[in-house]
Amino acid sequence: MTIGISRFRITAVGLTIFTLACAVCWAFPLYWLAVTTLKHEYDTVKPGLNLIPSDPTLDSYIFVIEHTKIAYWYVNSFVTATTITVLAIVISATCAYAISQLKFPGRKLLWGLVLASFMVPLTSLIITHFILMNDFGLINHWGGIILPQLITPVTVIVYKQFFDGIPKEYREAAVIDGAGEFQLFYRVYMPMTWGVTTALAIITFIGAWDAFLWPFLAQTSDEMMTVTVGITQVHEAFGVQYARNLAVAVMAAAPVVVAYLVFQRRVTDAIAISVGIKG
Amino acid sequence: MVFVAPFVIAYLVLFIYPTIKLIILSLTDGPLIGSGKWVGLHNYIRLASDHLFKQSVTQTVYFVVLTVVPNTAIALGIALMVLRLKGWLQSAVLACFFLPYILPVTVVTQTWLWVLDKEFGIAQYLIAAVVGSRVPVFHEADWVMPMIAWVTIWWTNGFNVLLFIAGLRNVPQDYYDSAALDGASRWNQFRHITWPLIWPVTALVLTIQLILQFKIFDQVYLLSGGGPFNKSQVILLQVYVQSFALNHGGYGAAMSMFLFAMIVVFSILQFQVLRVRVPR
Repeated sequence: MTIGISRFRITAVGLTIFTLACAVCWAFPLYWLAVTTLKHEYDTVKPGLNLIPSDPTLDSYIFVIEHTKIAYWYVNSFVTATTITVLAIVISATCAYAISQLKFPGRKLLWGLVLASFMVPLTSLIITHFILMNDFGLINHWGGIILPQLITPVTVIVYKQFFDGIPKEYREAAVIDGAGEFQLFYRVYMPMTWGVTTALAIITFIGAWDAFLWPFLAQTSDEMMTVTVGITQVHEAFGVQYARNLAVAVMAAAPVVVAYLVFQRRVTDAIAISVGIKG
Repeated sequence: MVFVAPFVIAYLVLFIYPTIKLIILSLTDGPLIGSGKWVGLHNYIRLASDHLFKQSVTQTVYFVVLTVVPNTAIALGIALMVLRLKGWLQSAVLACFFLPYILPVTVVTQTWLWVLDKEFGIAQYLIAAVVGSRVPVFHEADWVMPMIAWVTIWWTNGFNVLLFIAGLRNVPQDYYDSAALDGASRWNQFRHITWPLIWPVTALVLTIQLILQFKIFDQVYLLSGGGPFNKSQVILLQVYVQSFALNHGGYGAAMSMFLFAMIVVFSILQFQVLRVRVPR
């Protein structure tokens, strides 16, 4: 019996060590990314495994800040990602509220369309989105990045399910107190969704920040790019300058990494909710 | 009415209209911007004899094969390993596996271009040790798709791990306790308890992956540009090249419609899978 237990313990410890080793290997490229940016350019190409920089420096960051349009890219990314988040949440929440709580002609049809659009890949619409944004004169404008990213059926679906689950008594009580639909929505329903809303907002923001294909197509001038797209420009402009290239990448990743580390639970909850496992 | 107006307007302008416009465009020989002649189904007929397009379909399917099942299997393995741990150690290990998922794709590709760089990449020591020499992985016909698939798995795995962890937490501990009492081995516990109970999650992950990986573009464009010798040519890259680089809007639209149709089919499949899940 004791032998059985100790053998079990050894396997358990072995498995834990194996798990930790896997985790370290998995995260290693990120460490390597970060550590390379702290080296001098000539150190990055030295042979051998230089796991810790012998003479750490912030030169590559300073160079990047001085020689690229990264300040513009940050502003573009922040403005577009924030606008997409706010608008997508407002549009989806109001629509979901109406579908869930109000009676109006075409309600069923609208819900059917939302569910159907869940299945349609927006990436297959890049051509016509481009034509449309061009007609609007929004290529190389923030609006051009923002508009096509506002269609988020998943957000509508999550809100609708949430509103469906709120007991009717709340509504009845508020109506007796003389609340109109807008008050009901803002004062009664929305405050209850706080957890869902922050979770959805964080993943919408991260998604918009990370978006590549559409912002890449919609912006052709250096100054209008988002950070995510801008990184690729640096590569072309600097040639083989590893520390500098990667410093831009670290700066592009920093906001979403910070957002994730601060709101870890919310991010993981949001993913589970939007796929419907917990919701 | 005021409540639905913003969504309905956005939906009509940014979704319904572009979809109809795409269908119409695919039936013309128009450029990206401007109008063209009506050519009926000519573009679709042309697709059937376009070698590069066929190559892109084949390579997309190859990429899907390389990513969907391995990504799901690795995610399940990681989820099982992570769940054994407790407290801060669990959070830290989970963060290691999850962090890549939230990064912009360009950060991911820059990182791997550096790690796998032929001259100075740190992974080349490993590659040289295994195959005998350094390999410019994104310029070698046999390496390019598997390596893009690997980078994709590394990037997207965290999402699947989370879904599996959520699913595994729903399996009641009692089942394992009584199975252990009956002397069931770890493997048998997994086969007869875990696997059947999390099958709905597995099916969900598989279908999500299928849809996601079919739309591969970013990683290919950023890592290999479709080369070498079109060995990493994929459907969406062809759409991009035809409509944006060559200005063949109509033909590109027909390719887009093909992608559109494929994904709708997969999505209906996913919808069925989800519906099966609901009664549980």
